[in-house]
Order: sequence, then C-alpha cells, then structure tokens
Amino acid sequence: MRPLMVRILLLACCVASPALAQRAPLPPGPGKDVVEAACATCHSLSYIPMNSHFMTPDVWKSEVTKMRAAFGAPIDDDAANTITAYLAAHYATAPKP
Amino acid sequence: MVGHTGGPPVLTAGGVIADIEHGEAVRAKHLYGPEMRRRDIMVGLGALASHEASAATFPWLSPDLPDGTRAEAHLVQIPNKQPLIQLSDRPPNLETPIQAFRTGITPNDQFFVRYHLAGIPGARDLDNWKLEIGGDAAEHPARLGLQDLNDLPQNEVIAVCQCSGNRRGLVQPHVAGVQWGNGAMGCASWHGPKLRDVLDRVGIKPGAVEVWFGGVDEPVLPVTPEFRKSLPMSKALADETIVATTMNGSPLPLLNGYPVRLVVPGWTSTYWMKHLSQIAISTIPIDNFWMQKAYRVPAGMFAVEQPFTSQNNEQTWPITEITVNSLIASPIGGEQVDRSGFTIGGVAWDNGSGIERVEISLDGGKSWQDSLLDRELGRYAFRTFRLDTGPLPRGAAELRVRATGNNKQTQPDVWKANPAGYHNNVPQRVLVTVV
Repeated sequence: MRPLMVRILLLACCVASPALAQRAPLPPGPGKDVVEAACATCHSLSYIPMNSHFMTPDVWKSEVTKMRAAFGAPIDDDAANTITAYLAAHYATAPKP
Repeated sequence: MVGHTGGPPVLTAGGVIADIEHGEAVRAKHLYGPEMRRRDIMVGLGALASHEASAATFPWLSPDLPDGTRAEAHLVQIPNKQPLIQLSDRPPNLETPIQAFRTGITPNDQFFVRYHLAGIPGARDLDNWKLEIGGDAAEHPARLGLQDLNDLPQNEVIAVCQCSGNRRGLVQPHVAGVQWGNGAMGCASWHGPKLRDVLDRVGIKPGAVEVWFGGVDEPVLPVTPEFRKSLPMSKALADETIVATTMNGSPLPLLNGYPVRLVVPGWTSTYWMKHLSQIAISTIPIDNFWMQKAYRVPAGMFAVEQPFTSQNNEQTWPITEITVNSLIASPIGGEQVDRSGFTIGGVAWDNGSGIERVEISLDGGKSWQDSLLDRELGRYAFRTFRLDTGPLPRGAAELRVRATGNNKQTQPDVWKANPAGYHNNVPQRVLVTVV
C-alpha cells in the first residue's frame, strides 16, 4: 500500500489548501453568522457537515439544546432558534411522515 | 480581525479567524474574550496541518458513512504523525487509515486521536506536569512526577485502545456524534506501573468505591463539564490496569496523552484518560455529565463480565467492555483482486477473553471458513488472521469477517441499536472485484 500512499501525498501537495477549520464554507443563508460565531466558540464547524444529511430538524433542535443544557453554550433562545432554523434548512433530512 | 471583506469572520482553530472567502487565516482575539480560559490559545490542527486532500475518493473511506462525512473527511499531515483522516480539527479527531491494521501493533505515528474538548495542552504546558493523587478515601495524598512512576515496579501490556464510538458512522440509520469509520482504534504495547501500585503510594481507606480520573485537557468555556471519568475498584486494582509512561517503547505522542495516560485493557478508551494529572480515590460514585449522561448503553443490552454497579441505573449502564470484533485490512473495499487467489488479512479483538476463531465468507455470508490465526500477542491485543482464498470466479465478490472470543461471544448479524451508536460489531463487509 505504500506506493498508493505516496501517490496520494503527491496529489495532496498539488491540491493543498489553506488551513481551514472545515472543508467547505457553510452555505449562505439567514443565521449563518450566528451559527459560525456560536458553534465555533467551542468546536470546529466541521461537526455540522459531518453530521449530515441524516438528522431531522427536530434532532438538530435537540442537538442545539444539548449544547446549551449539557455544555453551557452561551446562546439565548432567539439565537438557538436561528441556529436551529439554519441547520434545518441546510443540513437536515426531511422530517419523518 | 484583519483583511476581512467577505462574509462574517469565522472563529476556527483557537484564536484564528479564517476569512473563508479569501482563504486567509490570521490570528485574532476570540469572540468571547474574557469568558475564555487561559489555555484557549489551543491551536486547532488546521493551523498545523501541512497537506490535505479530499478523502471522498479514497477507497478506505467507507461508502456506508454519511454523505456529509464523506465530503468533510480528509487526510491531514501533522507533526510526528503519518497522514490521518481528519474528521474535526478543534478538538482534533483523527482516524487511522485502514491499511495500518495489517499488523498487530499500530505504530505511534498512525495511532488515532480523539478529544472531546478543545482546550488541549501543548508540549510546553506539560513541562511542570505532576500527578496529584488524593480523594476522601486516600490515606495520605501525594504528588508524583515521572521519576516517581518510573521508580515503581514496571509492567507491560499489549492492548487495544478503541473509542466507544468506533464505527458509529457505519450504523444505519445514522446517529449524531463523531462519524467514525473503522479507524478509531489501535493496539500498542503500553509500559508503566500498575495503577494499583500507584494507589498504594497514597494508601486506600476502607469504603472506597471508585477511583476518579482527570487530565490536563480542558473545556473552552468554564461552564462546560470537565472531562472526568471513574473506574470501579475492581478494575482500578486489576493486574492489567496501568499508568502508561511509554507506548510501543517510546514516550507517548502528545496527542495520545503525553506524558502519561491511563490504560484500561478490555474497556473502551473513554476510560483511558490522556495527560493524566488527577486521581481521586472516592467513597462515592462520581456524578457528572461524562459518566452519568454520556457513554451509556441500555441496561443489560451488552453482556459484561465485570459490572460497574456504582454507575448503573435502571435504564442505562455505562459502556465498559469492548465487544468482540474483527476487521479485514487487506484487500480494501473497491479494490480489484486476482482470480487466481489472494490473501485476506486483518485483526480481531475482544474484551480480553482472547480470540478463539475468525471466520471469513467469500460469498456475502452464505458460507464461512476458518482463517489462520497468528500467534497471540496478548489476550487484550489485536489477533492477526489470514486466509488464502484459492481461485475465484470473475466478477463482484462480497467478503465478510466474523470473530468469536474464548468466552464464546461472537459478532451478531444485526447491530444492537442504541442511541449513541456504540458497539457496532456487525461483521464487516468488503466489496471487491475479481479480475
């Protein structure tokens, strides 16, 4: 497997990108700035795309609640609603019927 | 903040504001300023990584992972490590590529990295490291340095360190969490004093029920629960539980717990406290998020040999013992293999009962044959296996692997679904093309 790894590293050198916290910027939309400021306080934004697209809007809501209740994220109700709406719009799967 | 013309700034790797649109990363103050802890100067790996490449097209990134994970995961090259699959950089969560599991010992520079909280120490933060040992069931608290640990009788154990959530990303339906594939695990030779001998340095009072552990890593916000875990006395005093000062004969890599980490063979690595700096012998069970809310499985769903009764409740138990599992590391899914025959190889492991048997199917589970097991490195270690297939017909083939422990536990056909996605040990499927 060594030759494959070498080939990949060569490829990696060709496409090396600036060190960003996640592969792709979050898509534009209402609430993007709030999501970035609130979530990236404690963890890289990569947690968001990594957990997509399989959570319903309700599950995203419970994740935001967990960040506040269990981890003490300093997010008020308005910000939490904004964050939940953004995640639901861009990173959720359809709600179960 | 500097040179920002696009969208809003993004707080990324501790103190780095990345201007996403222009790909610039500059150092700036945190958005939350005084609320931050001093050590929130921690550097996310994004600032250290030198080489990146999208892993979405790599054969070892399982097609069973969520689509978002496949787009996000990528290889990174960080100091003192070979390329690892990065799932997040802050805190760092880095997975070992599957090729590393063709041998029974995982090299330090390929060992996976898992942190919960982004306040991870730099090497200089550990210059004055000491291990504080106390608690209400300690006779006389003490503060030990590395030399004190080296002066105690030394032991060695070869053991698998596996994240509780290893293979979470492969369960269906997917559940929230770090979407690990197969590589949130490794097997190393760990060396250091027994935890029992370390505890004897301070003396254990009657009535001790648990030993609590803490490390140097910290949450970003002071309100976030610090990562603290505990063990029942039976496991804390067990022969195999050690305070490791070396890993595969070298100092522990910084990201694997330097200078010392707890090694709890047979149990998932949530208990293997990195940068171990605090031990408390306690007459009461620890009551915190990381023990009583996280890392729980439905009561009775997974059989264990040593219950952790002080942390059990009616609904859930703490996750403890590793379930029997196995992995084919050669060939890799998506590869072409020769119709004249090829060798299948990989590793199997369990909670320390030891591996009795590894079966392989060449036809998607219709028929099974025994593989050859290599010499056992230790009952907590990876057991390597291999099978020469002999000639095969051309076309698609589905390989599967299934291990059985000396305790007669075997891998189930259907995953025992639990909310956090733990203990995914259904037989791995590897799709190859015979040419």
